Amino acid sequence: MEMEQATQAAVERPNSRKKTKTLNQSYWQKYGIFYLMMAPALVVLIVNNYIPMVGSLIAFKNMTYASPSFFQNFMDSPWVGWDNFKYMFTSSDAWNITRNTILYNAVFIVLNLIVGVAFALMFNAMRNRRLAKLHQTLMFLPYFLSMIILSYLVYAFLNPDIGILNKFILPWFGAQPIDWFSDPKWWPIILPLVNTWKGIGYYAVIYLAAIIGIDNEYYEAAHMDGATKWKQVWSITIPLIRPVLIIMTLLQIGRIFYADFGLFFQVTRNAGALYDTTLVIDTYVYQGFMVTGDIGMSSAAGLYQAVIGFILVLTANLIVRRISRDDALF
Amino acid sequence: MTTATAPAVKKKRFAANEISSGANTAINVFFWVYSILCVLPLILVVAVSFSDERAVSLNGYKLWPEKFSLGAYDFLLSDWKPIVESYGVSIFVTVIGTIVSLTIMTLYAYPISRRDFKHRNVFSFIIFFTILFNSGLVPFYLVYKQGLHLQNTLLVLMLPLFVQGFFVILIRTFFSNSIPPALMESAKIDGAGELRTFFQIVLPLSLPVLASVGLLSTLNYWNDWFLSLLFISPDGPMSIQFRMYKTLLDIAYLSSNSQAYSAIMQANPNFQMPSETARMAMAVVGIGPIIFIYPFFQRYFIQGLTVGAVKG
Repeated sequence: MEMEQATQAAVERPNSRKKTKTLNQSYWQKYGIFYLMMAPALVVLIVNNYIPMVGSLIAFKNMTYASPSFFQNFMDSPWVGWDNFKYMFTSSDAWNITRNTILYNAVFIVLNLIVGVAFALMFNAMRNRRLAKLHQTLMFLPYFLSMIILSYLVYAFLNPDIGILNKFILPWFGAQPIDWFSDPKWWPIILPLVNTWKGIGYYAVIYLAAIIGIDNEYYEAAHMDGATKWKQVWSITIPLIRPVLIIMTLLQIGRIFYADFGLFFQVTRNAGALYDTTLVIDTYVYQGFMVTGDIGMSSAAGLYQAVIGFILVLTANLIVRRISRDDALF
Repeated sequence: MTTATAPAVKKKRFAANEISSGANTAINVFFWVYSILCVLPLILVVAVSFSDERAVSLNGYKLWPEKFSLGAYDFLLSDWKPIVESYGVSIFVTVIGTIVSLTIMTLYAYPISRRDFKHRNVFSFIIFFTILFNSGLVPFYLVYKQGLHLQNTLLVLMLPLFVQGFFVILIRTFFSNSIPPALMESAKIDGAGELRTFFQIVLPLSLPVLASVGLLSTLNYWNDWFLSLLFISPDGPMSIQFRMYKTLLDIAYLSSNSQAYSAIMQANPNFQMPSETARMAMAVVGIGPIIFIYPFFQRYFIQGLTVGAVKG
């Protein structure tokens, strides 16, 4: 019904207006509905993204809580310039959390690439397609589990008193039990293992899709020329899926300044004794803000992350764009 | 792709150019071991949940219950209200959240996919920028808590995930790449308005991308606990994930009345509380739905990933 009215109006109106106005009029008649369609999402974006973006200026303020309203507090609080940042960067935390965030992500990226490609190649080489599919399905399972479940699973292994590792595996090797949640030195091994276990199904499947897309004729020709399977992998498969590898990796590098909060918060059970090797920017901001209540420092850390992250995403995307316009985000 | 060619040729190629049977066996063994490693932790959780509490606290977690017991589930059932309530919260948030989010994201993605729409660049930029620049936790939290006062509501568990820039772009890309403009032109010539073209021509053709984004969104909502961690206190609506989180920290969160609970514990120190096994039973209850639907999910999920994220 609405539709009929609209089309009727479209037929009637142009005759009753002057020429200059009709152009404008018909634009709104034709495209006005578009603005209406976008309105709900715009409202969400403003509330959820753009107001907080302006709000991130609190990093330059000394926030006070006189009023129950955030907006009032924001207006009332005095500007303090770079004080919060100076304070943050003079503490040893700033270096520590930056190092942890970048190093962990770097390890994750390398593992996702190498293990992901290796798995995809093996899937592709398997003779039994159906079995390959089954393994893909099983391997994808961890990807669907929430970090809470992951923390349960990890805890079942690492529980200091009755966990599988301390109770069975370590004694079997004749080793002493380890207090996993108070000894930070093990976590640079545990976290990459957990992260890869959870995410590798995803990367393997993406790389496998790229491999399957390769025309069989290349392999047939190589086979005729006597190339071994191994040689085919290095001379055909890898070079042909290289754009996908580069793009997937660059997209991850663009986000190297953002840590997986769930992994570092849940799986480590946010144990303070482990912070040396487990505190990353995201958990630092949470801890500083929600637990310690240090708004100035944590909002400064948040903005520091946002700005560096912004530059990195932008750069990564620029490079992706050079390689393949279609795969660039913008 | 090769189905059209003669099967004999295909067979021959396979026989000649496939990996050696030794390598094939090695890969098979490797994948069996790895697949078991993917499932094993879950089996462990299930096994512990069916174990006798005393045996577990004495001899540790085992892959097969040393002494079979339903004590943990008995315990959960004796106070089933909080779990049912949490399921209700999770299901509500997931279903409503996904529907609303899919609707408003699609409505946003369509105009910015239209080349003849004058302001498409401005509105595309508005979406892109949210992917590029993340305001950070502190202002986000303050806007929701002190600006909108949404703590302990169901809305706060849904609203922040309503519009995800990446999904909008996925849908937009599908619209502009996979819907032939000629089709929209002809609809217009036939007298259909923009809305009608959108609902009757564009949407039915876009089911693949809508299914993928819908599934991703479902997964995001069901697995979310971060929003609860920020905005929900124990007397607010607790999702199943959040209750699992709280239970791992303190078993008392399994009870609807944690104070009465600790009172019982103090009054009766001999009461053997099945805390280890009940925790794992709680995890089983939480994992359950995912295990059952994920093989179905995974199919569409992979389709979505391979169609949208990497156009390989």
